[in-house]
Amino acid sequence: MATLLKTVPDSRNKWVIEDRSKGVFKVAREAFVSEEIFARERERIFAKCWLYLGHATELKEASDYLTRNVAGHELIFNRDRKGNYNAFFNVCPHRGAMIAKDKCGSALGFKCFYHGWAFNNNGKFATRMGDGFYPEDFGKDGSVDLVRVAKLDEYRGFYFVNFDADAVGLDEYLADSKDIFDLVADQSPNGMEVVGGGQEYSVNANWKLLLENSFDGYHAEETHATYFEYLADYIGDEANDDLASAKVQSRAYDLKNGHAVIEGSAPWGRPIARTIPSWGEEGAADIRAMRVELEQRLGAEKAHRIADGDRNMGVFPNLVINDIMAITIRTFYPVSAGLIHVNAWAFAPINEPKKHRKRRLDNFLEFLGPGGFATPDDVEALESAHRGYGNAQYAPWNDISRGLLKEKPTNFDEEQMRCFWREWARRMEDQA
Amino acid sequence: MSDTLKKSSEVRGVEPKLSRDQYEDFLYNEAALLDEWMLDDWFDLFIEGATYEVPSAGAPNDADSSESLFYIADDYFRLRHRVIRLKSKQAHSEWPRSKTVHTVNNVRILETNSEGVTVTSTFITYRSKNQVTHTFVGRHYHVLRDVDGEIKIVSKRSMLDMENLRPQGRISIIV
Repeated sequence: MATLLKTVPDSRNKWVIEDRSKGVFKVAREAFVSEEIFARERERIFAKCWLYLGHATELKEASDYLTRNVAGHELIFNRDRKGNYNAFFNVCPHRGAMIAKDKCGSALGFKCFYHGWAFNNNGKFATRMGDGFYPEDFGKDGSVDLVRVAKLDEYRGFYFVNFDADAVGLDEYLADSKDIFDLVADQSPNGMEVVGGGQEYSVNANWKLLLENSFDGYHAEETHATYFEYLADYIGDEANDDLASAKVQSRAYDLKNGHAVIEGSAPWGRPIARTIPSWGEEGAADIRAMRVELEQRLGAEKAHRIADGDRNMGVFPNLVINDIMAITIRTFYPVSAGLIHVNAWAFAPINEPKKHRKRRLDNFLEFLGPGGFATPDDVEALESAHRGYGNAQYAPWNDISRGLLKEKPTNFDEEQMRCFWREWARRMEDQA
Repeated sequence: MSDTLKKSSEVRGVEPKLSRDQYEDFLYNEAALLDEWMLDDWFDLFIEGATYEVPSAGAPNDADSSESLFYIADDYFRLRHRVIRLKSKQAHSEWPRSKTVHTVNNVRILETNSEGVTVTSTFITYRSKNQVTHTFVGRHYHVLRDVDGEIKIVSKRSMLDMENLRPQGRISIIV
């Protein structure tokens, strides 16, 4: 083993090595930097897996639409006149210009600006062509309707697309991750919504680095020391004690199919049912009322898990839901092996009182996002690792062994990443 | 009335005590402090209780940080910590420090009220790090107040006239 790991990965397309007898789990750095491997990922992962598209609450009314690029595909996500949700490829069936140009809006139909072909918002061809240019029954067979993405489905308002008509259903695909979606979706009696104003940024690194980072408890203390200094000043020295106990009590869970979650209890305030001294007596009273509501609606045990637990979930391959000091939905697509486009949103109760929403968004911004006290340093770490992988030929392996032999791995181990990598290997490697 | 429709000579409210070039000098000095990473001096430009905001790229002018997601919405406490953090070698995104050039242009006095004088400017900020130079463009809205003969910042909002943070990726400097 030791000799093997000094060499570059062999020619049988084996990039992930797990050897429990030696307690090691290794991933070839080539898997991050090779454009050939990225091309294979497009075929075997992004063309086959369920990919997050958007949330139901981003389209509040019938005929609302938004445009979004999902894994390199320009899409329209809309509701038709009847209110049904649709996902179309944003490309004119005629000569290919994008028929929706705005980021979002309300439209009864779409008209291509190039030659004027028009479509109802259910995708049906609706153009008067004039006599003599086309056969009379032109388009009656649906052949020039907008093209739908093969599959569109939702769980608790989270909409996903799948470009593979033969893929398993979303329910089966999400497997045990549905429990975690429930813990997020159930936080308010009014339902939950995406907050206006998304964060779109890029990272010069491989997409798998961001997935790993998004549920990596091990790096937090080292990379985010400045955040924890801020937090200690904000909420008092118990921040550090709480962090120490969180390490012991946390857990990582395999949610099947490459999905995983880490759950624990961190020192920051949670806008749902865990207050901090700086929110004052008013904040504490709000939080107590929310706790009572949760217990009445969901029972004490589930209320406790929702209110007191923090969780970071990775849904294979590229969706992250972090329910921590605030809730973020984060998805990302590789543009190339070394470039990611990231879309991130805040998620919050519908009709949340303004002062609660303010606390929530403040909590979000102090840690998360491109101007937060933590995310920019994550981006720096990811970009630094990606540059380091330029040495893959001579220093070929990442070590992801931490806690491999533990019966109950924690946030601060690397089991959650191994769940991802085992699924990645299953899809990417040629089986012996 | 929108900013763009207003003639440059028109100022809403009472006529400010200071002239435009005095505010320009202030903004040029602020830019120089940021380029030199003299962040304590920069922080001293703010009055106690001041705010510093950067809404998401493309946000409307009236965007409110209690309703929509910004990049930065600092109260005075968090702004002080932003400065403490940026001075630390453990602010990994900015250590080693990026090189920056902050330019300020098109300075106009928009209005005066009890808060202070609203001065708007356009900016181009260049950040060089890791072999690449990124550009941030947009408008600053400073609310400035004369405190014992010194200009102080009551609030600063930087609106990014960009579609998103691609390719910039982050906003770990003060734009």
